[in-house]
Amino acid sequence: MRRGRWERRHVTEALAKAMMYASVALVAGSLALILFTVVLRGLPALSWEMVSKPPEGGYYMGKGGGVLNAIIGSLLLASGGTLAALIFGLPIALYLETYLGDSPWGRYVRLSLDVLWGIPSIVYGAFGFTLMLAIGLRASLLAGIIVLALLELPIMVRAMDEVIRRMPVDLEQAALALGSTKLEVAMRIVTRQMMPGIITAILLAFGRGIGDAASVLFTSGYTDRITTSLLRPTASLPLAVFFQLASPFPEVQKRGYASALILTVIVLVISLGSRWISGRVSRYTVK
Amino acid sequence: MNSGSQRSASDVPTLKARGSATETDPHIQVRNLNAFYGKVQALANVNLEIPKRQITVIMGPSGCGKSTLLKTFNRFLELTDGTKILGEVLVDGQDIYAKGIDETEVRKRVGLLAQRPSPLPMSIYDNVAYGMHVHRMKRSRQEYKEAVRHYLEIAGLWDEVRKRMHDPATSLSIGQQQRLCLARGLAVEPEIILGDEPTSSLDPISSLNIESRLLDLKRVYTTVIVTHTLRQAKRLADYVIYMYLGEVIEAGPAHEVFSHPKHERTKAYLEGLV
Repeated sequence: MRRGRWERRHVTEALAKAMMYASVALVAGSLALILFTVVLRGLPALSWEMVSKPPEGGYYMGKGGGVLNAIIGSLLLASGGTLAALIFGLPIALYLETYLGDSPWGRYVRLSLDVLWGIPSIVYGAFGFTLMLAIGLRASLLAGIIVLALLELPIMVRAMDEVIRRMPVDLEQAALALGSTKLEVAMRIVTRQMMPGIITAILLAFGRGIGDAASVLFTSGYTDRITTSLLRPTASLPLAVFFQLASPFPEVQKRGYASALILTVIVLVISLGSRWISGRVSRYTVK
Repeated sequence: MNSGSQRSASDVPTLKARGSATETDPHIQVRNLNAFYGKVQALANVNLEIPKRQITVIMGPSGCGKSTLLKTFNRFLELTDGTKILGEVLVDGQDIYAKGIDETEVRKRVGLLAQRPSPLPMSIYDNVAYGMHVHRMKRSRQEYKEAVRHYLEIAGLWDEVRKRMHDPATSLSIGQQQRLCLARGLAVEPEIILGDEPTSSLDPISSLNIESRLLDLKRVYTTVIVTHTLRQAKRLADYVIYMYLGEVIEAGPAHEVFSHPKHERTKAYLEGLV
Protein backbone atom coordinates (compact mmCIF):
# COMPACT_ATOMS: atom_id res chain seq x y z
CA MET A 1 0.00 0.00 0.00
CA ARG A 2 2.67 2.51 0.95
CA ARG A 3 4.63 2.19 -2.23
CA GLY A 4 1.60 3.43 -4.18
CA ARG A 5 2.39 6.89 -2.97
CA TRP A 6 5.27 7.23 -5.38
CA GLU A 7 3.30 6.06 -8.35
CA ARG A 8 3.30 8.54 -11.16
CA ARG A 9 -0.34 9.59 -10.84
CA HIS A 10 0.04 10.34 -7.15
CA VAL A 11 3.13 12.41 -7.80
CA THR A 12 1.26 14.32 -10.51
CA GLU A 13 -1.59 14.94 -8.12
CA ALA A 14 0.79 16.19 -5.43
CA LEU A 15 2.50 18.51 -7.92
CA ALA A 16 -0.81 19.88 -9.18
CA LYS A 17 -1.92 20.50 -5.61
CA ALA A 18 1.33 22.27 -4.80
CA MET A 19 0.86 24.54 -7.79
CA MET A 20 -2.70 25.35 -6.75
CA TYR A 21 -1.58 26.20 -3.24
CA ALA A 22 1.18 28.36 -4.69
CA SER A 23 -1.25 30.32 -6.85
CA VAL A 24 -3.64 30.81 -3.96
CA ALA A 25 -0.74 32.03 -1.85
CA LEU A 26 0.32 34.39 -4.64
CA VAL A 27 -3.16 35.92 -4.91
CA ALA A 28 -3.79 36.17 -1.21
CA GLY A 29 -0.21 37.34 -0.64
CA SER A 30 -0.45 40.12 -3.22
CA LEU A 31 -3.66 41.39 -1.65
CA ALA A 32 -2.12 41.26 1.80
CA LEU A 33 1.03 43.03 0.59
CA ILE A 34 -0.93 45.78 -1.15
CA LEU A 35 -3.13 46.33 1.89
CA PHE A 36 -0.08 46.24 4.16
CA THR A 37 1.79 48.85 2.10
CA VAL A 38 -1.19 51.15 1.76
CA VAL A 39 -2.06 50.91 5.45
CA LEU A 40 1.54 51.21 6.63
CA ARG A 41 2.24 54.31 4.59
CA GLY A 42 -1.21 55.83 4.45
CA LEU A 43 -2.55 55.36 7.95
CA PRO A 44 -0.11 57.79 9.68
CA ALA A 45 -1.14 60.57 7.30
CA LEU A 46 -4.83 59.79 7.51
CA SER A 47 -6.75 62.29 9.57
CA TRP A 48 -10.22 63.67 9.93
CA GLU A 49 -9.04 66.68 7.97
CA MET A 50 -8.09 64.42 5.04
CA VAL A 51 -11.61 63.15 4.58
CA SER A 52 -13.58 66.21 5.62
CA LYS A 53 -11.95 69.08 3.76
CA PRO A 54 -11.01 69.91 0.18
CA PRO A 55 -7.41 71.07 -0.43
CA GLU A 56 -6.54 74.48 0.95
CA GLY A 57 -3.97 76.87 -0.52
CA GLY A 58 -0.54 75.24 -0.47
CA TYR A 59 -1.98 71.76 0.11
CA TYR A 60 0.27 70.29 -2.51
CA MET A 61 3.27 71.74 -0.72
CA GLY A 62 2.28 70.10 2.53
CA LYS A 63 -0.16 72.62 3.99
CA GLY A 64 -3.71 72.05 5.28
CA GLY A 65 -6.77 70.50 3.72
CA GLY A 66 -7.86 67.09 2.49
CA VAL A 67 -9.22 65.16 -0.44
CA LEU A 68 -12.95 65.52 0.14
CA ASN A 69 -13.21 66.94 -3.38
CA ALA A 70 -11.82 63.69 -4.80
CA ILE A 71 -13.89 61.45 -2.53
CA ILE A 72 -17.12 63.15 -3.53
CA GLY A 73 -15.98 63.38 -7.15
CA SER A 74 -15.18 59.67 -7.32
CA LEU A 75 -18.45 58.65 -5.71
CA LEU A 76 -20.40 60.88 -8.12
CA LEU A 77 -18.46 59.67 -11.15
CA ALA A 78 -18.77 55.98 -10.29
CA SER A 79 -22.41 56.16 -9.20
CA GLY A 80 -23.40 58.18 -12.25
CA GLY A 81 -21.45 55.91 -14.58
CA THR A 82 -22.90 52.79 -12.98
CA LEU A 83 -26.44 54.14 -13.12
CA ALA A 84 -26.05 55.07 -16.80
CA ALA A 85 -24.48 51.68 -17.56
CA LEU A 86 -27.37 49.97 -15.76
CA ILE A 87 -30.00 51.89 -17.69
CA PHE A 88 -28.50 50.69 -20.95
CA GLY A 89 -27.03 47.44 -19.71
CA LEU A 90 -30.05 45.70 -18.21
CA PRO A 91 -32.13 45.95 -21.39
CA ILE A 92 -29.14 44.75 -23.42
CA ALA A 93 -28.72 41.76 -21.13
CA LEU A 94 -32.42 40.91 -21.24
CA TYR A 95 -32.50 41.39 -25.02
CA LEU A 96 -29.47 39.15 -25.42
CA GLU A 97 -31.18 36.41 -23.47
CA THR A 98 -34.77 36.65 -24.66
CA TYR A 99 -34.32 37.46 -28.32
CA LEU A 100 -30.77 36.76 -29.45
CA GLY A 101 -29.94 33.71 -27.36
CA ASP A 102 -27.23 31.64 -29.00
CA SER A 103 -27.93 32.97 -32.49
CA PRO A 104 -25.02 34.25 -34.63
CA TRP A 105 -26.02 37.81 -33.71
CA GLY A 106 -26.06 36.90 -30.04
CA ARG A 107 -22.57 35.45 -30.30
CA TYR A 108 -21.40 38.52 -32.19
CA VAL A 109 -22.77 40.86 -29.52
CA ARG A 110 -21.12 38.80 -26.75
CA LEU A 111 -17.81 38.80 -28.61
CA SER A 112 -18.04 42.58 -29.05
CA LEU A 113 -18.69 43.03 -25.36
CA ASP A 114 -15.73 40.81 -24.49
CA VAL A 115 -13.46 42.84 -26.78
CA LEU A 116 -14.75 46.09 -25.28
CA TRP A 117 -14.07 44.66 -21.82
CA GLY A 118 -10.44 44.14 -22.75
CA ILE A 119 -9.80 47.61 -24.17
CA PRO A 120 -7.47 49.60 -21.92
CA SER A 121 -9.17 52.43 -20.10
CA ILE A 122 -6.78 55.06 -21.49
CA VAL A 123 -8.25 54.24 -24.90
CA TYR A 124 -11.71 54.91 -23.51
CA GLY A 125 -10.35 58.18 -22.15
CA ALA A 126 -8.93 59.19 -25.50
CA PHE A 127 -12.12 58.13 -27.28
CA GLY A 128 -14.19 60.10 -24.79
CA PHE A 129 -11.98 63.10 -25.35
CA THR A 130 -12.51 63.08 -29.13
CA LEU A 131 -16.22 62.56 -28.54
CA MET A 132 -16.25 65.60 -26.25
CA LEU A 133 -14.46 67.70 -28.84
CA ALA A 134 -17.00 66.62 -31.44
CA ILE A 135 -20.03 67.61 -29.39
CA GLY A 136 -18.39 70.63 -27.77
CA LEU A 137 -18.41 69.29 -24.20
CA ARG A 138 -15.64 70.44 -21.87
CA ALA A 139 -13.91 68.34 -19.26
CA SER A 140 -16.69 67.82 -16.73
CA LEU A 141 -18.45 65.45 -14.38
CA LEU A 142 -20.91 64.64 -17.19
CA ALA A 143 -18.16 63.71 -19.64
CA GLY A 144 -16.52 61.54 -16.97
CA ILE A 145 -19.82 59.78 -16.28
CA ILE A 146 -20.37 59.10 -19.97
CA VAL A 147 -16.92 57.57 -20.42
CA LEU A 148 -17.19 55.53 -17.22
CA ALA A 149 -20.59 54.26 -18.36
CA LEU A 150 -18.98 53.08 -21.60
CA LEU A 151 -16.15 51.50 -19.64
CA GLU A 152 -18.51 49.75 -17.22
CA LEU A 153 -21.13 48.64 -19.72
CA PRO A 154 -19.36 45.53 -21.07
CA ILE A 155 -18.44 44.14 -17.67
CA MET A 156 -21.94 44.74 -16.37
CA VAL A 157 -23.76 43.25 -19.35
CA ARG A 158 -21.56 40.16 -19.49
CA ALA A 159 -21.92 39.56 -15.76
CA MET A 160 -25.72 39.88 -16.01
CA ASP A 161 -25.79 37.75 -19.13
CA GLU A 162 -24.12 34.90 -17.28
CA VAL A 163 -26.70 35.16 -14.50
CA ILE A 164 -29.71 35.28 -16.81
CA ARG A 165 -28.47 32.26 -18.73
CA ARG A 166 -28.46 30.27 -15.53
CA MET A 167 -32.16 30.96 -15.02
CA PRO A 168 -33.85 27.54 -14.83
CA VAL A 169 -36.48 27.04 -17.58
CA ASP A 170 -38.69 25.05 -15.20
CA LEU A 171 -39.17 28.10 -13.04
CA GLU A 172 -40.67 30.17 -15.81
CA GLN A 173 -42.97 27.30 -16.77
CA ALA A 174 -44.05 26.76 -13.19
CA ALA A 175 -45.20 30.36 -12.92
CA LEU A 176 -46.87 30.26 -16.34
CA ALA A 177 -48.73 27.09 -15.35
CA LEU A 178 -50.38 29.04 -12.53
CA GLY A 179 -51.76 31.49 -15.05
CA SER A 180 -49.14 34.24 -14.78
CA THR A 181 -48.62 36.57 -17.71
CA LYS A 182 -45.09 36.80 -19.16
CA LEU A 183 -44.64 40.21 -17.56
CA GLU A 184 -45.58 38.80 -14.16
CA VAL A 185 -43.05 36.03 -14.70
CA ALA A 186 -40.39 38.60 -15.58
CA MET A 187 -41.18 40.97 -12.72
CA ARG A 188 -42.03 38.54 -9.93
CA ILE A 189 -39.97 35.47 -10.72
CA VAL A 190 -37.06 36.24 -13.05
CA THR A 191 -35.93 39.39 -11.25
CA ARG A 192 -36.23 37.69 -7.88
CA GLN A 193 -34.19 34.76 -9.04
CA MET A 194 -31.60 36.99 -10.70
CA MET A 195 -31.35 39.73 -8.09
CA PRO A 196 -28.15 38.51 -6.39
CA GLY A 197 -26.45 38.27 -9.76
CA ILE A 198 -27.67 41.69 -10.86
CA ILE A 199 -26.34 43.24 -7.65
CA THR A 200 -22.98 41.55 -8.15
CA ALA A 201 -22.86 42.79 -11.74
CA ILE A 202 -23.66 46.35 -10.67
CA LEU A 203 -20.98 46.36 -7.99
CA LEU A 204 -18.35 44.80 -10.24
CA ALA A 205 -19.00 47.63 -12.65
CA PHE A 206 -18.94 50.20 -9.85
CA GLY A 207 -15.64 48.81 -8.61
CA ARG A 208 -14.08 49.09 -12.02
CA GLY A 209 -15.45 52.61 -12.44
CA ILE A 210 -14.31 54.06 -9.14
CA GLY A 211 -10.80 52.73 -9.43
CA ASP A 212 -10.12 53.92 -12.93
CA ALA A 213 -7.79 56.86 -13.44
CA ALA A 214 -6.98 56.86 -17.12
CA SER A 215 -10.50 57.23 -18.47
CA VAL A 216 -11.29 60.27 -16.33
CA LEU A 217 -7.90 61.91 -16.83
CA PHE A 218 -8.94 63.66 -20.05
CA THR A 219 -12.64 63.69 -19.58
CA SER A 220 -13.48 64.99 -16.15
CA GLY A 221 -10.31 66.94 -15.50
CA TYR A 222 -9.41 67.82 -11.93
CA THR A 223 -10.32 70.54 -9.50
CA ASP A 224 -9.65 71.39 -5.88
CA ARG A 225 -13.27 72.41 -5.43
CA ILE A 226 -16.16 70.16 -4.59
CA THR A 227 -18.15 69.72 -7.77
CA THR A 228 -21.66 71.05 -7.75
CA SER A 229 -22.51 70.90 -11.44
CA LEU A 230 -22.57 68.18 -14.07
CA LEU A 231 -20.88 70.58 -16.46
CA ARG A 232 -17.95 71.45 -14.17
CA PRO A 233 -14.73 69.44 -13.91
CA THR A 234 -14.43 67.14 -10.95
CA ALA A 235 -11.65 65.55 -8.94
CA SER A 236 -11.33 61.82 -8.47
CA LEU A 237 -9.46 59.64 -5.99
CA PRO A 238 -7.28 57.72 -8.46
CA LEU A 239 -6.01 60.99 -9.89
CA ALA A 240 -5.60 62.44 -6.39
CA VAL A 241 -3.38 59.47 -5.57
CA PHE A 242 -1.43 59.96 -8.78
CA PHE A 243 -0.85 63.71 -8.32
CA GLN A 244 0.18 63.44 -4.69
CA LEU A 245 2.50 60.49 -5.17
CA ALA A 246 4.19 62.41 -7.98
CA SER A 247 4.95 65.25 -5.60
CA PRO A 248 8.55 65.79 -4.37
CA PHE A 249 7.32 66.57 -0.84
CA PRO A 250 7.30 63.56 1.50
CA GLU A 251 4.25 64.87 3.42
CA VAL A 252 2.28 65.06 0.22
CA GLN A 253 3.44 61.59 -0.83
CA LYS A 254 2.20 60.23 2.47
CA ARG A 255 -1.17 61.83 1.82
CA GLY A 256 -1.13 60.09 -1.53
CA TYR A 257 -0.95 56.78 0.31
CA ALA A 258 -3.68 57.96 2.66
CA SER A 259 -5.84 58.76 -0.36
CA ALA A 260 -5.14 55.29 -1.74
CA LEU A 261 -6.18 53.88 1.61
CA ILE A 262 -9.46 55.82 1.45
CA LEU A 263 -10.11 54.49 -2.06
CA THR A 264 -9.31 50.94 -0.97
CA VAL A 265 -11.62 51.21 2.01
CA ILE A 266 -14.45 52.50 -0.19
CA VAL A 267 -14.01 49.57 -2.59
CA LEU A 268 -13.75 47.13 0.31
CA VAL A 269 -16.89 48.43 1.99
CA ILE A 270 -18.77 48.25 -1.28
CA SER A 271 -17.73 44.71 -2.08
CA LEU A 272 -18.42 43.45 1.44
CA GLY A 273 -21.74 45.29 1.40
CA SER A 274 -22.65 43.73 -1.90
CA ARG A 275 -21.82 40.28 -0.59
CA TRP A 276 -24.03 40.87 2.38
CA ILE A 277 -26.90 42.17 0.27
CA SER A 278 -26.72 39.41 -2.31
CA GLY A 279 -26.47 36.87 0.49
CA ARG A 280 -29.69 38.23 1.93
CA VAL A 281 -31.57 38.31 -1.36
CA SER A 282 -30.28 34.92 -2.47
CA ARG A 283 -31.86 33.17 0.49
CA TYR A 284 -34.84 32.22 -1.61
CA THR A 285 -33.27 31.72 -5.03
CA VAL A 286 -33.44 28.32 -6.64
CA LYS A 287 -29.98 26.89 -7.13
CA MET B 1 -63.00 32.83 -20.93
CA ASN B 2 -65.37 33.06 -18.05
CA SER B 3 -63.25 31.84 -15.21
CA GLY B 4 -63.73 30.90 -11.63
CA SER B 5 -64.33 34.52 -10.77
CA GLN B 6 -67.96 33.85 -9.90
CA ARG B 7 -66.78 31.47 -7.25
CA SER B 8 -66.66 32.85 -3.75
CA ALA B 9 -63.93 32.11 -1.27
CA SER B 10 -66.18 29.97 0.88
CA ASP B 11 -66.81 27.18 -1.60
CA VAL B 12 -63.13 26.67 -2.30
CA PRO B 13 -62.92 22.92 -2.75
CA THR B 14 -66.41 22.33 -4.07
CA LEU B 15 -66.84 23.41 -7.62
CA LYS B 16 -70.11 24.31 -9.18
CA ALA B 17 -71.00 23.03 -12.59
CA ARG B 18 -70.83 25.88 -15.03
CA GLY B 19 -72.99 26.87 -17.94
CA SER B 20 -75.02 24.09 -19.43
CA ALA B 21 -72.51 21.39 -18.48
CA THR B 22 -73.88 18.65 -16.28
CA GLU B 23 -72.25 15.93 -14.23
CA THR B 24 -72.32 13.38 -17.02
CA ASP B 25 -70.93 15.60 -19.74
CA PRO B 26 -67.25 15.04 -20.51
CA HIS B 27 -65.07 17.71 -18.96
CA ILE B 28 -62.55 17.85 -21.77
CA GLN B 29 -63.39 17.04 -25.37
CA VAL B 30 -60.72 16.77 -28.01
CA ARG B 31 -61.78 17.07 -31.63
CA ASN B 32 -59.57 16.34 -34.64
CA LEU B 33 -56.49 17.47 -32.82
CA ASN B 34 -53.21 17.49 -34.72
CA ALA B 35 -49.96 18.85 -33.38
CA PHE B 36 -46.61 19.38 -35.08
CA TYR B 37 -43.09 20.11 -33.90
CA GLY B 38 -41.78 21.81 -37.01
CA LYS B 39 -42.52 19.22 -39.68
CA VAL B 40 -42.75 16.28 -37.31
CA GLN B 41 -46.29 15.30 -36.48
CA ALA B 42 -46.64 14.55 -32.78
CA LEU B 43 -50.40 14.10 -32.54
CA ALA B 44 -52.48 12.66 -35.35
CA ASN B 45 -56.18 13.22 -35.46
CA VAL B 46 -56.91 12.77 -31.78
CA ASN B 47 -60.55 12.55 -30.71
CA LEU B 48 -61.28 12.05 -27.03
CA GLU B 49 -63.68 12.68 -24.23
CA ILE B 50 -62.31 12.96 -20.71
CA PRO B 51 -64.83 12.33 -17.96
CA LYS B 52 -65.50 14.72 -15.13
CA ARG B 53 -64.17 14.08 -11.62
CA GLN B 54 -62.35 10.91 -12.43
CA ILE B 55 -58.72 10.08 -12.90
CA THR B 56 -57.86 9.62 -16.54
CA VAL B 57 -54.50 8.04 -17.19
CA ILE B 58 -52.72 8.49 -20.50
CA MET B 59 -50.23 5.70 -21.09
CA GLY B 60 -48.05 4.47 -23.88
CA PRO B 61 -44.41 3.94 -24.79
CA SER B 62 -42.06 6.92 -24.59
CA GLY B 63 -42.29 9.32 -27.49
CA CYS B 64 -45.90 8.37 -28.25
CA GLY B 65 -47.22 11.88 -27.67
CA LYS B 66 -48.62 11.46 -24.14
CA SER B 67 -47.03 14.61 -22.76
CA THR B 68 -47.70 16.51 -25.96
CA LEU B 69 -51.40 15.72 -25.66
CA LEU B 70 -51.40 16.74 -22.02
CA LYS B 71 -49.72 20.05 -22.86
CA THR B 72 -52.48 20.93 -25.30
CA PHE B 73 -54.97 20.93 -22.42
CA ASN B 74 -53.44 23.95 -20.67
CA ARG B 75 -52.07 25.71 -23.74
CA PHE B 76 -48.52 24.79 -22.78
CA LEU B 77 -47.52 23.23 -26.05
CA GLU B 78 -47.42 26.60 -27.77
CA LEU B 79 -44.59 27.68 -25.43
CA THR B 80 -42.25 25.42 -27.39
CA ASP B 81 -40.89 27.12 -30.50
CA GLY B 82 -42.08 25.85 -33.84
CA THR B 83 -45.18 24.00 -32.66
CA LYS B 84 -48.42 24.07 -34.63
CA ILE B 85 -51.76 22.98 -33.23
CA LEU B 86 -54.83 22.24 -35.35
CA GLY B 87 -58.21 21.14 -34.08
CA GLU B 88 -60.21 21.82 -30.97
CA VAL B 89 -59.86 21.20 -27.26
CA LEU B 90 -63.07 21.95 -25.41
CA VAL B 91 -63.21 22.48 -21.67
CA ASP B 92 -66.82 22.53 -20.47
CA GLY B 93 -67.85 22.83 -24.08
CA GLN B 94 -65.70 25.85 -24.78
CA ASP B 95 -62.80 25.69 -27.25
CA ILE B 96 -59.66 26.86 -25.44
CA TYR B 97 -57.98 27.53 -28.78
CA ALA B 98 -60.77 29.81 -30.01
CA LYS B 99 -59.97 33.43 -30.78
CA GLY B 100 -60.09 35.81 -27.85
CA ILE B 101 -59.41 33.13 -25.24
CA ASP B 102 -56.99 34.28 -22.57
CA GLU B 103 -54.40 31.54 -22.11
CA THR B 104 -53.65 32.67 -18.55
CA GLU B 105 -57.30 32.00 -17.65
CA VAL B 106 -57.06 28.57 -19.28
CA ARG B 107 -53.96 27.81 -17.21
CA LYS B 108 -55.70 28.99 -14.07
CA ARG B 109 -58.58 26.58 -14.71
CA VAL B 110 -56.34 23.73 -15.79
CA GLY B 111 -53.52 23.25 -13.29
CA LEU B 112 -50.31 21.36 -14.00
CA LEU B 113 -48.17 19.19 -11.77
CA ALA B 114 -44.86 18.89 -13.57
CA GLN B 115 -42.44 16.00 -13.81
CA ARG B 116 -39.98 17.56 -11.41
CA PRO B 117 -41.14 19.91 -8.69
CA SER B 118 -39.91 23.43 -9.30
CA PRO B 119 -40.50 25.66 -6.32
CA LEU B 120 -40.58 29.38 -7.03
CA PRO B 121 -37.68 31.44 -5.62
CA MET B 122 -39.56 32.47 -2.50
CA SER B 123 -40.72 31.16 0.86
CA ILE B 124 -43.00 28.17 1.38
CA TYR B 125 -45.85 30.53 2.24
CA ASP B 126 -45.29 32.74 -0.80
CA ASN B 127 -45.16 29.75 -3.11
CA VAL B 128 -48.74 28.90 -2.21
CA ALA B 129 -49.87 32.52 -2.07
CA TYR B 130 -48.22 33.49 -5.37
CA GLY B 131 -50.97 32.35 -7.73
CA MET B 132 -53.69 33.80 -5.53
CA HIS B 133 -51.84 37.11 -5.49
CA VAL B 134 -51.42 37.15 -9.25
CA HIS B 135 -55.13 36.55 -9.76
CA ARG B 136 -56.07 38.84 -6.83
CA MET B 137 -58.26 36.13 -5.38
CA LYS B 138 -58.35 37.21 -1.75
CA ARG B 139 -59.04 40.47 -0.05
CA SER B 140 -57.06 40.51 3.17
CA ARG B 141 -53.87 39.11 4.64
CA GLN B 142 -55.94 36.95 6.90
CA GLU B 143 -57.81 35.44 3.95
CA TYR B 144 -54.52 34.65 2.23
CA LYS B 145 -53.16 33.09 5.39
CA GLU B 146 -56.19 30.88 5.81
CA ALA B 147 -56.18 29.84 2.17
CA VAL B 148 -52.47 28.97 2.28
CA ARG B 149 -53.06 26.79 5.31
CA HIS B 150 -56.12 25.22 3.70
CA TYR B 151 -54.30 24.16 0.55
CA LEU B 152 -51.22 22.97 2.43
CA GLU B 153 -53.58 20.77 4.45
CA ILE B 154 -55.18 19.40 1.30
CA ALA B 155 -51.73 18.60 -0.06
CA GLY B 156 -50.83 16.90 3.22
CA LEU B 157 -47.92 19.21 3.91
CA TRP B 158 -49.24 21.53 6.59
CA ASP B 159 -48.01 19.59 9.62
CA GLU B 160 -44.52 19.37 8.20
CA VAL B 161 -44.17 23.07 7.33
CA ARG B 162 -46.40 24.96 9.79
CA LYS B 163 -43.39 26.06 11.84
CA ARG B 164 -41.23 27.04 8.87
CA MET B 165 -43.58 28.88 6.54
CA HIS B 166 -40.97 31.54 5.81
CA ASP B 167 -38.13 29.19 5.02
CA PRO B 168 -37.10 28.98 1.37
CA ALA B 169 -39.19 26.45 -0.53
CA THR B 170 -35.97 24.89 -1.79
CA SER B 171 -35.16 23.78 1.76
CA LEU B 172 -37.88 21.12 1.51
CA SER B 173 -37.17 17.58 0.40
CA ILE B 174 -38.07 16.77 -3.18
CA GLY B 175 -41.17 14.83 -2.15
CA GLN B 176 -42.32 17.74 0.01
CA GLN B 177 -41.60 20.11 -2.86
CA GLN B 178 -43.94 18.17 -5.12
CA ARG B 179 -46.70 18.36 -2.53
CA LEU B 180 -45.98 22.10 -2.25
CA CYS B 181 -46.40 22.35 -6.01
CA LEU B 182 -49.71 20.53 -5.67
CA ALA B 183 -50.87 22.98 -2.97
CA ARG B 184 -49.68 25.91 -5.10
CA GLY B 185 -51.59 24.61 -8.10
CA LEU B 186 -54.79 23.98 -6.14
CA ALA B 187 -54.64 27.45 -4.61
CA VAL B 188 -55.65 29.12 -7.87
CA GLU B 189 -58.83 27.01 -7.78
CA PRO B 190 -58.54 24.98 -10.97
CA GLU B 191 -61.19 22.51 -12.12
CA ILE B 192 -58.76 20.18 -13.78
CA ILE B 193 -55.40 18.89 -12.60
CA LEU B 194 -52.90 17.66 -15.16
CA GLY B 195 -50.00 15.52 -14.03
CA ASP B 196 -47.04 14.98 -16.35
CA GLU B 197 -45.46 11.91 -14.77
CA PRO B 198 -45.75 13.72 -11.45
CA THR B 199 -44.07 11.04 -9.42
CA SER B 200 -41.24 10.07 -11.75
CA SER B 201 -38.62 12.07 -9.84
CA LEU B 202 -39.80 10.98 -6.40
CA ASP B 203 -38.87 8.13 -4.09
CA PRO B 204 -41.45 5.33 -3.69
CA ILE B 205 -42.93 6.63 -0.44
CA SER B 206 -43.33 10.19 -1.73
CA SER B 207 -44.84 8.77 -4.92
CA LEU B 208 -47.48 6.85 -2.99
CA ASN B 209 -48.15 9.97 -0.95
CA ILE B 210 -48.84 12.00 -4.12
CA GLU B 211 -50.94 9.16 -5.54
CA SER B 212 -53.14 9.02 -2.45
CA ARG B 213 -53.61 12.81 -2.63
CA LEU B 214 -54.74 12.50 -6.22
CA LEU B 215 -57.17 9.72 -5.29
CA ASP B 216 -58.59 11.94 -2.54
CA LEU B 217 -58.90 14.92 -4.83
CA LYS B 218 -60.80 13.23 -7.62
CA ARG B 219 -64.03 13.82 -5.77
CA VAL B 220 -63.53 17.46 -6.61
CA TYR B 221 -61.19 17.70 -9.57
CA THR B 222 -61.01 16.15 -12.97
CA THR B 223 -57.53 14.66 -13.13
CA VAL B 224 -55.46 13.67 -16.14
CA ILE B 225 -52.18 11.89 -15.49
CA VAL B 226 -49.47 10.85 -17.90
CA THR B 227 -47.50 7.88 -16.70
CA HIS B 228 -45.10 5.35 -18.10
CA THR B 229 -45.55 2.90 -15.26
CA LEU B 230 -48.32 0.44 -15.86
CA ARG B 231 -48.65 -0.35 -12.19
CA GLN B 232 -49.28 3.27 -11.36
CA ALA B 233 -51.85 3.44 -14.13
CA LYS B 234 -53.65 0.47 -12.62
CA ARG B 235 -53.57 1.99 -9.15
CA LEU B 236 -54.99 5.33 -10.24
CA ALA B 237 -57.04 5.06 -13.38
CA ASP B 238 -60.80 5.26 -13.72
CA TYR B 239 -60.45 5.93 -17.40
CA VAL B 240 -57.55 4.97 -19.63
CA ILE B 241 -56.14 6.30 -22.87
CA TYR B 242 -53.55 4.26 -24.69
CA MET B 243 -51.45 6.10 -27.24
CA TYR B 244 -48.98 4.92 -29.82
CA LEU B 245 -46.99 7.06 -32.28
CA GLY B 246 -49.15 10.12 -31.80
CA GLU B 247 -52.45 8.33 -32.18
CA VAL B 248 -55.01 7.29 -29.64
CA ILE B 249 -55.26 3.53 -30.04
CA GLU B 250 -57.78 2.84 -27.36
CA ALA B 251 -59.69 4.77 -24.72
CA GLY B 252 -62.26 3.59 -22.22
CA PRO B 253 -63.08 2.82 -18.60
CA ALA B 254 -60.06 1.37 -16.81
CA HIS B 255 -61.59 -1.98 -15.90
CA GLU B 256 -62.55 -2.63 -19.52
CA VAL B 257 -59.26 -1.59 -21.06
CA PHE B 258 -57.17 -3.45 -18.50
CA SER B 259 -59.18 -6.67 -18.56
CA HIS B 260 -60.41 -6.77 -22.16
CA PRO B 261 -58.28 -4.57 -24.38
CA LYS B 262 -59.86 -4.36 -27.80
CA HIS B 263 -56.77 -3.49 -29.74
CA GLU B 264 -53.77 -5.74 -30.34
CA ARG B 265 -51.30 -2.93 -29.56
CA THR B 266 -52.95 -2.21 -26.22
CA LYS B 267 -52.85 -5.89 -25.40
CA ALA B 268 -49.18 -6.06 -26.27
CA TYR B 269 -48.43 -3.01 -24.11
CA LEU B 270 -50.34 -4.39 -21.15
CA GLU B 271 -48.45 -7.64 -21.46
CA GLY B 272 -45.20 -5.73 -21.45
CA LEU B 273 -44.27 -6.47 -25.04
CA VAL B 274 -43.90 -2.86 -26.22
